[in-house]
Amino acid sequence: MTSQISAKLELNREAFSLNAELNIPASGITVLFGSSGAGKTTLLRAIAGLEKCSGKVQVADEIWQDETRFLSPHERALGYVFQESSLLEHLSVRGNLEYGYKRVAPGNRLMDFSTAVELLGLSSLLDRSATQLSGGERKRAAIARALLSSPKLLLMDEPLASLDQQHKNELMPFLENLRDQLSVPIIYVSHSPDEVARLADHLVLIEQGKVLATGPANEILTRFDLPLAHDFDASAIIETRPGAYDSQFDLSSLEFDGGSLLVPGKIQATGSSLRVRILARDVSLTLQHQSETSILNIVAARVVEMSPDDSARMLVKLDANGIILLARITRKSGTALKLTPGLAVYAQIKTVALLSP
Amino acid sequence: MLSPEDITALWITLRLASVTTAILLLVGTPLAWWLAHSRSAVKPVVDAIVTLPLILPPTVLGFYLLLALGPQGPIGRLVEFAGGQPLAFTFTGLVIGSVVYSFPFVVKPLQDAFANIGTRPLEVAATLRASPIDRFFTVVLPLARPGYLTATVLGFAHTLGEFGVVLMIGGNIPGATQVLSISIYDHVEMLEYGQAHLLSAILLILSFLLLLSVYVLNRRLHILRT
Repeated sequence: MTSQISAKLELNREAFSLNAELNIPASGITVLFGSSGAGKTTLLRAIAGLEKCSGKVQVADEIWQDETRFLSPHERALGYVFQESSLLEHLSVRGNLEYGYKRVAPGNRLMDFSTAVELLGLSSLLDRSATQLSGGERKRAAIARALLSSPKLLLMDEPLASLDQQHKNELMPFLENLRDQLSVPIIYVSHSPDEVARLADHLVLIEQGKVLATGPANEILTRFDLPLAHDFDASAIIETRPGAYDSQFDLSSLEFDGGSLLVPGKIQATGSSLRVRILARDVSLTLQHQSETSILNIVAARVVEMSPDDSARMLVKLDANGIILLARITRKSGTALKLTPGLAVYAQIKTVALLSP
Repeated sequence: MLSPEDITALWITLRLASVTTAILLLVGTPLAWWLAHSRSAVKPVVDAIVTLPLILPPTVLGFYLLLALGPQGPIGRLVEFAGGQPLAFTFTGLVIGSVVYSFPFVVKPLQDAFANIGTRPLEVAATLRASPIDRFFTVVLPLARPGYLTATVLGFAHTLGEFGVVLMIGGNIPGATQVLSISIYDHVEMLEYGQAHLLSAILLILSFLLLLSVYVLNRRLHILRT
């Protein structure tokens, strides 16, 4: 169990207390999700050592703090991307990127200077002053700077929160790139279900300074005892592999263990895995396979469990050959179909949102 | 033309202002840092004491310093105990008096500069592997540069114009403790208006140029950064 990140942190303040225990894999993106004021940022700062907490922090085989020691932030091999702009304003973009890079011995460096510059698209901005950048550019510079300090763990505090939609859309592909191309584990604070769907491999729900649940992202998204499955945008995420392209109808096929899905357009297969999001409200259920329908994506599944939603609707959890999906249907339909756990159904999926680039 | 005594007085004045400013920057930096970041209950008290020389009549300050530095005063006794000469009416005594007198003019600009930087750039530097000393030289000093410039010039210029404190603890010993402002007073007393004019003009122009340099340089720093 060496490739784990574990933290057990306690902090008591007048108006707020943190009492969180985390055990997450040392790979991929773990999203700390919760409403504002839940203690996500405090937990992130505590992991970094910016907030003095009692407890233990261990990243792979390195102990950052326990009963007997407390490494200062500069002694922890971490990268931190702050929520607001945090570039050192007396330095150029290059100066900012070099700040952490120069402080790591060449033998211990995670990546070349030019690799980070390229990964975050900063080559044309290097000689600008930190104050001459747009919000999105600053964020990219801050992320590159953090990577160049060769972290064993990258901590990101709502990197998209202070950006407008256009800049969010601009930055998101860079974040997805990080996830797909880097071996550095990332802990990412967010309160946006959309970011969770797009980025999270692993999900930790935080509420009032405590960890409510932790697990693989799709498992947490679809658990009926947790709030995300009852959100208006309740959804399941599925990792798929790009399949054939039908040029006659301009449709691409995405394969996954439960079947295949068709999405419009030709997919530029960038990685081996493409993530799609299927909203519960876009899934309807039938008992027979419908052929005379405009809905293209029909997946055979079994009912796992049902849960009441609002007064008129219910949620149904489906298992399509091991892949979990959610459907939000009316209680009336549920009764008409006589849904019970184990029942074989067909999930008709109206919209498949392709999340990866 | 300037008499040899006047030139000596000018030299003593400049030396006094330089030494005082250097000491103040060294002592003022940690204190200003503490004032900018501490949430201690005694902080307001320290703040008030630091600011006191700004409003206290120099003669009051000088009077207490005279008592403290004199052979019967606590500092005087300490110095005597350590085998030193009494400090009152010496250049060293003048330096001590000037340090107290110009204290707020150096500490306050530094305190403001540090408070303006905030803690975020330091946290950023810490997450980029910079140790506390490293952070001071690579983040605090460059970001506080306008504050240091203001502090240096104000401390220097304010010490140049010192009169009351010097008169009380330095006396008026030509060649040892006679500074420009007191020479001017002496010249006026003796109705040597020409000399007084010359020395006054020197102080006036010097002070103006110093202040002008602060404003010009700080503006340039500001423009460079945006």
